[in-house]
Amino acid sequence: MSAIDGQLSRDGHGVWTLTQGDTMHCPVSVVRAYPLSAPDESCSVLDAHGHELVWIESLADLPEAQQASLRTALAEREFTPVISAILGISSISTPSRWTVRTDRGITELLLPGEEALQRVGRGSLLVADAAGVQYLIRDIAALDRPSRKLLERFL
Amino acid sequence: MNPHPIGAESWTRAARAHFGGPDETLLGLAETDLDAHRQFSPGAVALTTRRWLTLRLVDGHARVVSECPLSASGAATLSDHGGVGTLDWLVEGKLQARWEFRLGLQPAVQLLVDAWSRLIAGEGAQVSAHCRSCDVELTTGETLCEDCAAADETPPSTLTLLRLWRFARPYQSRLLLGFGLTLAATAATLVPPYLTMPLMDKLLIPYQNGQDLDKRLVSLYMLGLLSAALLGWLLGWARTYVLARVSERIGADLRTTTFDHLLNQSLSYFGSKRTGDLMARIGAETDRINVFLSLHLLDFATDVLMIGMTALVLFSINHWLALVTLLPLPLIGYLIHVVRDRLRRGFERADRIWSEVTNVLADVIPGIRVVKAFAQEGRESGRFRAANQHNLEVNDRVNKVWSLFSPTVTLLTEIGLLVVWTFGIWQVSNDEITVGVLTAFIAYISRFYTRLDTMSRIVSHTQKAAAGAKRIFDILDHQSNVPEPAQPKSLPRVEGRIELEQVGFRYGNRQVIRKLSLDIRPGEMIGLVGHSGSGKSTLVNLMCRFYDVSEGAIRLDGIDVRELAVADYRRHIGLVLQEPFLFFGTIAENIAYGRPDATRAEIVAAARAAHAHEFILRLPHGYDSLVGERGQSLSGGERQRISIARALLIDPRILILDEATSSVDSTTEKAIQSALDNLVRGRTTIAIAHRLSTLRKADRLVVLDRGAVVETGNHDELMARQGAYFALYQAQARQAEALLEDGV
Repeated sequence: MSAIDGQLSRDGHGVWTLTQGDTMHCPVSVVRAYPLSAPDESCSVLDAHGHELVWIESLADLPEAQQASLRTALAEREFTPVISAILGISSISTPSRWTVRTDRGITELLLPGEEALQRVGRGSLLVADAAGVQYLIRDIAALDRPSRKLLERFL
Repeated sequence: MNPHPIGAESWTRAARAHFGGPDETLLGLAETDLDAHRQFSPGAVALTTRRWLTLRLVDGHARVVSECPLSASGAATLSDHGGVGTLDWLVEGKLQARWEFRLGLQPAVQLLVDAWSRLIAGEGAQVSAHCRSCDVELTTGETLCEDCAAADETPPSTLTLLRLWRFARPYQSRLLLGFGLTLAATAATLVPPYLTMPLMDKLLIPYQNGQDLDKRLVSLYMLGLLSAALLGWLLGWARTYVLARVSERIGADLRTTTFDHLLNQSLSYFGSKRTGDLMARIGAETDRINVFLSLHLLDFATDVLMIGMTALVLFSINHWLALVTLLPLPLIGYLIHVVRDRLRRGFERADRIWSEVTNVLADVIPGIRVVKAFAQEGRESGRFRAANQHNLEVNDRVNKVWSLFSPTVTLLTEIGLLVVWTFGIWQVSNDEITVGVLTAFIAYISRFYTRLDTMSRIVSHTQKAAAGAKRIFDILDHQSNVPEPAQPKSLPRVEGRIELEQVGFRYGNRQVIRKLSLDIRPGEMIGLVGHSGSGKSTLVNLMCRFYDVSEGAIRLDGIDVRELAVADYRRHIGLVLQEPFLFFGTIAENIAYGRPDATRAEIVAAARAAHAHEFILRLPHGYDSLVGERGQSLSGGERQRISIARALLIDPRILILDEATSSVDSTTEKAIQSALDNLVRGRTTIAIAHRLSTLRKADRLVVLDRGAVVETGNHDELMARQGAYFALYQAQARQAEALLEDGV
């Protein structure tokens, strides 16, 4: 089990910092290298200028405590709601307003065009709505039948 | 078409007839096509063990008109300018004889010169040559082998469609099944008209004459009609399903085969073809052939079967009436024949015009920035409209012929029916046939004539499909001019030594590289320097084997690159271009393009070495971010670093950098330069750079001018020599100063 070199913590203002020996980097951000295809593998801690401070080969192999703080930091940064069902669409031609159920609740998104649906990896689909938020469908085959029927009209 | 009325054998015979003795043998013969005043005139030049012979046509016969003895102080030189090749025979610098010819004949003349040099060197003088397009060994005087020459001259015809058999062969058994089903289905449709005969003669007419209706017989006939209909339906479904499936597969095979073949063509092929045209051929033409096979050909076959079987049935009932019924057929056949030629030409034209339309699209859409920047939307719109208008006119012309066609067939149908009625009534009045027979005939031929109408449509469909097949086979028949060797040598480990020996390359009729020799040690970094147009990029393309050299040889670790399998050879080469191309897909996929099996960690390592890791992490989806067309937009420097990572990942022994840093600013250049330093380490590197400062790390600089090496050496040596490199360097320094003064 490997551990990261340094201490990741939050300062009084809620900003993430990384202390490596005597130096403290503030603010830092944690990013995943493969957020879609292998979210639990490699991560990186970047400083304010985007330079890499620490590279983590595998998130899951870290000690419990470090893993927890990293995951919190990641969760705060990331916003990719995962769609579990498409409940309705306004029209089959774009722009189309979709009502979807996600892991963050039920919401509406506006699909600007068919090119906003992008396949990533095997079976997953990224939906970029008109406002710039990206929604993820992890596995098209795992959607329920009505959702798949609706989706097929756009693919 | 052969431009020479005289074959190589006649020249050879004439040359042999001139021999002075049994010890004199013919070493080689090449045809020429220009005389001393550069007028077109067939001739030949021959080399024997004793002399050069000039042959010309005298009174339509090949004759030796002059000769030059060989001598030890003589020299044969071959040169060309503006499409005309010249072979000079000089003795002590004095011109003794000159032969001129168009460049197409140059390869044969080159062989002659080779034979001469071998004779001088005292080697065995057997001339052997290889076909320009397929590597078959040839006899003297030809540049294409018979097969390829024949393939060159295949005229477009409906017979082209027969060549599709190559794609149908794997489905033979299913095609046979489909044919059987067609036969059965057609037979089933012929039953109902046949039943009208007894229906009339045995039931209806006797009833009208006061007899009782036989209820049992009625239900029997009705049952017969119903089951014939049901059987026809079932068989028809089965046949269409089986054959449509097969033809869909044939179409798919055709498409993939064409695309695979296209991928193996050399870059010069792609350079000479327009994208829109190729796209139209692979997309639309294969689809058209597909529809033709699954729909039109199937219908046509059914119709032919039906006509044949109907004719049989009709003759078995009454041969006189059958004869009259079938009389209009040859007339219609003739009509079809007349129209078919016109239509074919029309449809071929329409196809060409159609690719003109797609060409405008393929031009404008990728170049949209230029179009907008120069505010030329109106012009492009006009160009599209013109192409469309052209398309319209051509189709209008075709339709003029075409629109006359169908109504004429219909008219003939009606006339045919009229003839049958007239003749039938006359026969009935003479008690030669019953009313039932006449009814059956009318029932048969009204089906049969309506089918003739659809059948006549096969003409246009066949012509369209044949035109499509021809355009597909144009691609399939084109042999790559970077041919795969018949028995490729394998090269498991590469040191990276590259030798260029007397390399020459011609692009069209322009000599781009002349007699260039260069020896590159393993791990050495070579910087290619020169004005634009000096042949740097061409040389690199030759080393990548995007083209093959016209003369000389390029050797990797002592093996001629033409003896290695193309893909095997290129695997050892990493290429970083000025405009890196990213495919649509994630960054990780793009980096792993040359090695799809690379692990995520390897991809990250390559990106790190290429200084791409950090900017990739800053993207919203890291290595999973989509790039390329429709993907994330990346800056030139970022794209370049991704392409460097791509080259690093395949770990090539040979690295080619073609203006890798010239499209980015100097800050980005620094980042890329240090990424490149990682890449160059330990590899044989050939770098082209316009900015001389980027080649400081090169072990050796090679200065090219008009396709030849003018200087080699490192920066300091070349500066001290004050030659071509010095001049280039001074010019750039002055330019840089001027820029500084202007405050840019």
